[in-house]
Amino acid sequence: MNFDDTPHEAAFRAEARAWIDANAPKHLLPHLEKAGFGGIELGGLDPMKEAKAWQKKKYDAGWACLHWPKEYGGRGASPIERVIWNQEEGPYGALSGSFIIGHGMCGPTVMDWGPEEAKRELLPRLAAGEDIWCQLFSEPAGGSDLAGLRTKAERDGDGWVINGQKIWTSGAHYSQWGILITRTDPDVLKHKGLTMFFLRMDTPGVRIVPIKQANGQSGFNEVYFDNVRLPDSQRLGGVGEGWKVSLTTLMNERLSIGSGMSAGFPDIFEFCKELELADGTLAINDRGVRSKLAEWACRQSGLKYTGMRAISALSRGENPGPENSIGKLVAGSSLQEIAMFALDLQGQSGAISDPKLAAMTAKFQAQLLRSPATRVEGGTDEILRNIIGERVLGLPDDMRADKGIAFNKIPTA
Amino acid sequence: MDFEFSAEQQQLKEQARRYLADKCPTTAVRAILEGSEPFDRALWQGLGEMGFLGAAIPEEYGGLGLGYLELCVIAEELGRALAPVPVSSSIFLVAEILKAAGSEEQKQRWLPRLASGEVIGTLASVEATGSVRPSNVALSAKGGTLTGAKSPVLDGDIADIAIVLARHAPGKDAQGLSLYLVDLNQSGIERTVLDTIDPSRSQAKIAFKDAAAELVGAAGEGWRLYEEALDRAAILTGFEQIGGADKALEMGRDYALQRFAFGRAIGSFQAIKHMLADMYVSATLARSNGYFGAYALSTGSADLAEAAATMRVSSTKAFQHCAKNNIQVHGGMGFTWAMDCHLFYRRSNLLAVSLGGLNEWEDKLIDRLRAKNAA
Ligand SMILES: Cc1cc2nc3c(=O)[nH]c(=O)nc-3n(C[C@H](O)[C@H](O)[C@H](O)COP(=O)(O)OP(=O)(O)OC[C@H]3O[C@@H](n4cnc5c(N)ncnc54)[C@H](O)[C@@H]3O)c2cc1C
Ligand SMILES: Cc1cc2nc3c(=O)[nH]c(=O)nc-3n(C[C@H](O)[C@H](O)[C@H](O)COP(=O)(O)OP(=O)(O)OC[C@H]3O[C@@H](n4cnc5c(N)ncnc54)[C@H](O)[C@@H]3O)c2cc1C
Repeated sequence: MNFDDTPHEAAFRAEARAWIDANAPKHLLPHLEKAGFGGIELGGLDPMKEAKAWQKKKYDAGWACLHWPKEYGGRGASPIERVIWNQEEGPYGALSGSFIIGHGMCGPTVMDWGPEEAKRELLPRLAAGEDIWCQLFSEPAGGSDLAGLRTKAERDGDGWVINGQKIWTSGAHYSQWGILITRTDPDVLKHKGLTMFFLRMDTPGVRIVPIKQANGQSGFNEVYFDNVRLPDSQRLGGVGEGWKVSLTTLMNERLSIGSGMSAGFPDIFEFCKELELADGTLAINDRGVRSKLAEWACRQSGLKYTGMRAISALSRGENPGPENSIGKLVAGSSLQEIAMFALDLQGQSGAISDPKLAAMTAKFQAQLLRSPATRVEGGTDEILRNIIGERVLGLPDDMRADKGIAFNKIPTA
Repeated sequence: MDFEFSAEQQQLKEQARRYLADKCPTTAVRAILEGSEPFDRALWQGLGEMGFLGAAIPEEYGGLGLGYLELCVIAEELGRALAPVPVSSSIFLVAEILKAAGSEEQKQRWLPRLASGEVIGTLASVEATGSVRPSNVALSAKGGTLTGAKSPVLDGDIADIAIVLARHAPGKDAQGLSLYLVDLNQSGIERTVLDTIDPSRSQAKIAFKDAAAELVGAAGEGWRLYEEALDRAAILTGFEQIGGADKALEMGRDYALQRFAFGRAIGSFQAIKHMLADMYVSATLARSNGYFGAYALSTGSADLAEAAATMRVSSTKAFQHCAKNNIQVHGGMGFTWAMDCHLFYRRSNLLAVSLGGLNEWEDKLIDRLRAKNAA
């Protein structure tokens, strides 16, 4: 049990810190430190341009995708070194939001299952931030029940033809590449007939339609496939092996979005230190407020140290397991509860979301409107509880109506 | 960085688990709960002989000279087994205070006997109001004697010695408080056993009338020593709570696998599955906070006070959460005396208040986070 750096880790930290100090875009720092949940605003500068510039700089100096092997554009760093890097990168890490899906999920999937030539060509570009990747998994009929997806891939000579629709595809509108899961055989059990591909998002026949979200932003899209032709060399894993391949993505997803997620305590703590209640006392001195703050503080640190335990397990050579599902489960509802509580403390002003008038420049109002998505994206709260119940605690599977039935015989609405 | 107990510490934990599975099944806890014996004497003696009690007491004072991390893993197993013995009073509090502030003579005299279990110690701090603040400590110390009363005192009926928080100078402030060591087997002591929610750990009122006492630590240092002792004990007790939470979760899980209703195991109903998943979440958060607490305790880190309060709040809630939902999973069976669910429920609620309730620790946590933030 040792939370201190070993000499090797301390040296690594010093090296990372020195490099960041000499190279980070310091002019962005005031904006990044204020960065709200679900988006960054850089005082009129183009966030994508700034994000790509920082990524490229890191890549050129060997600080991109630390956990990837060197030959694919990474640094071959240990899991602990990656944690140290993230700690040192601090607020600048907020610039990397658009790369999370590519670096955290698509890249590792291509690395495990893609043809060598494609890996050598595409992964370094992904690491450098030259290309952005998206994850084309969910469909209208396949969200939680991902294996219920209907997008078809059919053989055509030595290639494939894709028809169907994806939905909720984050970043499809600014991505150059995507990984795509399709149905290649509807006559077998639903998990058996799936096959994965990767493709350029400008392949003829791909049409991207942005969706306006409940919070007014447009981060995700519908993506239509109309006779899209792909060569067989863009297949990931075997025909009918798509489910297995997608598990690589989902396992990495757990690690990249679950661990290290903030439950949102620091913001509400700062807020309560400053806020005067109607009776003139500071919110933080109020007994009821303190009780809530204490709960969130415990969740915040509990998640932090759970993440560190997961990293320790990784460095002992264990795989990221289903227990990592707790990160997003805890963080999602905490963020939502905290936003509601912060609004409530402001009384009737709580509803005002004009950043010039609202406390913390309307951070909590934005958090209120974005946090419902956290409880859905990448596995809903209910699915995460099922994962914990079934795969961690060993409880029986839910009774299901689609068991042992060929995909095309499963009842639909 | 390595956020795990070492292989040796895990072995020690396994050893403690096996020992307690053998010597302290829940029938042994029940025997204390239902019977007239206040604690399990044979188990207590065995824990001393095995070296578990003296794990973190230096060898020169009759202990094993291991560290706090070892004591943490032992505490977890004691909590899991609901061991009906006064470890928290005697070891987590009294031995710890003596280690921190006792004179050489006091350490020589008492630590070896605490480590072997020959002597039981307890901390007597609470007076009438239930929560301890400098302003409500009235028990007075004059010329080497104590007069007043403390209640409730955990293990107060069975302890041989007590460390008592007492007022040596008039007033209401912390500077007027000191810690005293009192031999409880003397004529100036009168004890009354109290009825409690968890009779597997007994409690008493202790009245002191001109009872002979000696200072522990310097005069006027009492409050600081007391608060520091509570922090260390909160981490060790936190491990007891984590152990209890885990065991209650396991009981619920096992019952959900085996109990059938509507033609299926009740664990296949999401209402039950998700309840158990939420229990797992709180137990896991508490464990992770506990690992940081263990680290802070073992290194004497500057974060110790914050880590202690965090762990205290987290592990108290986790044990209460798991124990209460374990009853729910068991349905009507969970409400019977014969099922063990209520043993965990009782203990979780005893431990939740034994070092001061949630309110107090939430306050401490916020104060400490604020102080750190300001620094
Ligand atoms: C902001 C955002 C970004 C996203 N980005 C992407 C992306 O980049 N790529 C991508 O492929 N997908 C993406 N998604 C999709 C996301 O993965 C799905 O929304 C999610 O898996 C839920 O699927 P669904 O929306 O179809 O809801 P449904 O599956 O229809 O669920 C509806 C409700 O039913 C519940 N439910 C469903 N099944 C069960 C069950 N077995 N037991 C109990 N309750 C159940 C759910 O928990 C939920 O409350 C994104 C979603 C959001 C909100
Ligand atoms: C104090 C007390 C007095 C009582 N008095 C009487 C009385 O006078 N007469 C009488 O006939 N009975 C009486 N009962 C029995 C009581 O009605 C049952 O205990 C209750 O219906 C639950 O049944 P069970 O104990 O078999 O639990 P189970 O049915 O085994 O339930 C165990 C757990 O599984 C859950 N569960 C079961 N089925 C489902 C499902 N489909 N979906 C989700 N969760 C499920 C339950 O909610 C519970 O958490 C009494 C019980 C108590 C505690």
